[in-house]
Amino acid sequence: MAQMQDTVDPGAIPARPVTPWWQRASRRRILNMAIIYLLILPGAVMFLIPLLWMLSTSLKESRQIFVNPPVWIPNPIVWQNFTDGWSAYLPFNTFFVNSTLITLNNIVGNLFSCCLAAYGFARLRARGRNVLFGLVLATMLLPNEVLIIPQYVLFTKITQFLKPWWDYYTPGGILWMRYLSWLPMMVPPWFGFPFFIFLLRQFFLTIPLDLDEAARLDGASSWRILIQILVPLTKPALATVVIFAFIGNWNNFLMPLIYIRAQKEQVLAVGLNQFRGQFGHVDFHYMMAVSLIVLLPVLLIFFFGQRIFVQGIALTGIKG
Amino acid sequence: MTASVPARPVKRLRTLQQREERDFWIAILPWFLGLFLFTGGPVIASLVFSFTDWTGLNLSGFIGFKNYRDLLVEDLVFWETVYNTFYYTFGSVLLGTLGALFVALLLNQNLPGTYFLRLIYYLPSIASGVAISILWIWLFNPNVGLVNYLLVKLLPIDAGPAWLSSQTWSKPALILKSTWGIGANMIIILAGLQGVPQSLYEAARIDGANAFDEFRNVTLPMLSPVLFFVIVISTINAFQILTDILVMTQGGPGTSTYMLVYYIYQNAFQYLKMGYASALAWILFTIILALTLLQLWGSRRWVYYEGET
Repeated sequence: MAQMQDTVDPGAIPARPVTPWWQRASRRRILNMAIIYLLILPGAVMFLIPLLWMLSTSLKESRQIFVNPPVWIPNPIVWQNFTDGWSAYLPFNTFFVNSTLITLNNIVGNLFSCCLAAYGFARLRARGRNVLFGLVLATMLLPNEVLIIPQYVLFTKITQFLKPWWDYYTPGGILWMRYLSWLPMMVPPWFGFPFFIFLLRQFFLTIPLDLDEAARLDGASSWRILIQILVPLTKPALATVVIFAFIGNWNNFLMPLIYIRAQKEQVLAVGLNQFRGQFGHVDFHYMMAVSLIVLLPVLLIFFFGQRIFVQGIALTGIKG
Repeated sequence: MTASVPARPVKRLRTLQQREERDFWIAILPWFLGLFLFTGGPVIASLVFSFTDWTGLNLSGFIGFKNYRDLLVEDLVFWETVYNTFYYTFGSVLLGTLGALFVALLLNQNLPGTYFLRLIYYLPSIASGVAISILWIWLFNPNVGLVNYLLVKLLPIDAGPAWLSSQTWSKPALILKSTWGIGANMIIILAGLQGVPQSLYEAARIDGANAFDEFRNVTLPMLSPVLFFVIVISTINAFQILTDILVMTQGGPGTSTYMLVYYIYQNAFQYLKMGYASALAWILFTIILALTLLQLWGSRRWVYYEGET
């Protein structure tokens, strides 16, 4: 503000005093502000309370849980709830490793397949391109429920067929796909996800095509253009995909619920629900502690990626 | 490759173009294969299933429209799920949109601390999944839950409702929980608000408009495409509620929270009535398609907005 005024001819525009907002504000404005804060702050407290309550419960002794009026600050603070809840009942360490492996695989798979497809749709000219992109949009509208039953049938057949071969040759799994039951979750992400393709394409379109042309005339291949020009310029978009893919896969409940049977192959979301089913009516302190650990990576991602989040949501919302 | 010298530039250009086209196909190949394997094939299969009485084990063959007729005419539970789903959708979309609009309007003023407040309102909408459903079971506990504690404190009542253990209050409980997640809608509406040209407000002020007139005659019309979008997307999302049901209520108490997608899940994976569940899925799809067409119809207003910014 001050800098701008220096560069502008002082004669042309009457100088406006640069005063901080609290001095500039009239009484009316202050009243307005007070009303807005009066409305917005209690709401914000309400929005935070559930998570604070979760934290509070997770640190309580069992006899402080079912009391009325509720106790906000646990006394004593029982950090042990976290370790006890995590290891004493169900193999949450195993669930955690499984969730991590599946989620990481799916993030990388989505990045790979969606980047490629989005690149094709945004930058490479070919006959039939628009028709095919129309198919991307059409599949975006298709509800998951229509697909889930035939996919289930398909994957049960595939896994049944592969099982003898799998048990014989690769009892330890292939790379990070440790169990055959993970296949229905870990393979499809490598074949694209319409929403991410759409999102990345929109980002790729914002970068001037001249860059590609110049690189191409210098003899760069399409793949080099993608990796050395487009990917570095669209890091925020890629981060958006990573974050959405992370949350979507970390929270995925239905897929592991219908595909995974063995306990050692299970993931956190289903494990947590088993915990609820078995101990849900009494051990709320343990349940809140374990839930909080499961939620923690999501919260961390939120705090470190808040700007990307907010931009990503606004962008997908408006462009969609 | 052995072309004569004058023909060379033309040939080279053609190969560049061809190479680009070839690269296009390589680039979209994974998606294209997936389209057939995981989308196209299953869509056709699902359609075929819906005309059979296949149970995953035995199949006596095609039964024509029997699944659909049974669903629409004889299955009372189905109509119950339709009622419950519409009830939940209506409540959660209404509260979700109005709430998000209200908060967005307040947070659109450039006041100190706004960014931080936006984060607080946004946070719950990303914290979804089983952990959060479990948290709400605890919050809705009729005797020592926090929701009832606050209700008794704030309202002149002796005891709060039984929420998840009451046939009357189970759906409102789910709606209340969904309202906690209005943050994503709020961000979209905020972005929309920032797209309204300031000049319109200035013009309105010169014409002597007060804050309410401005909202009624400038903000609301300019925001209507965004609001419409938010409503349709929230409707589609609300229609597909499943995790909350699986974790919090399992359809109960009674059949008060049987929702369409939960009914599909149950028919397919618990009763193994794959054909019946497929027919259900297609009915759900029809409803969602109708809603999406509504969005397309509304998007005609978009053009004006986009040209403006």
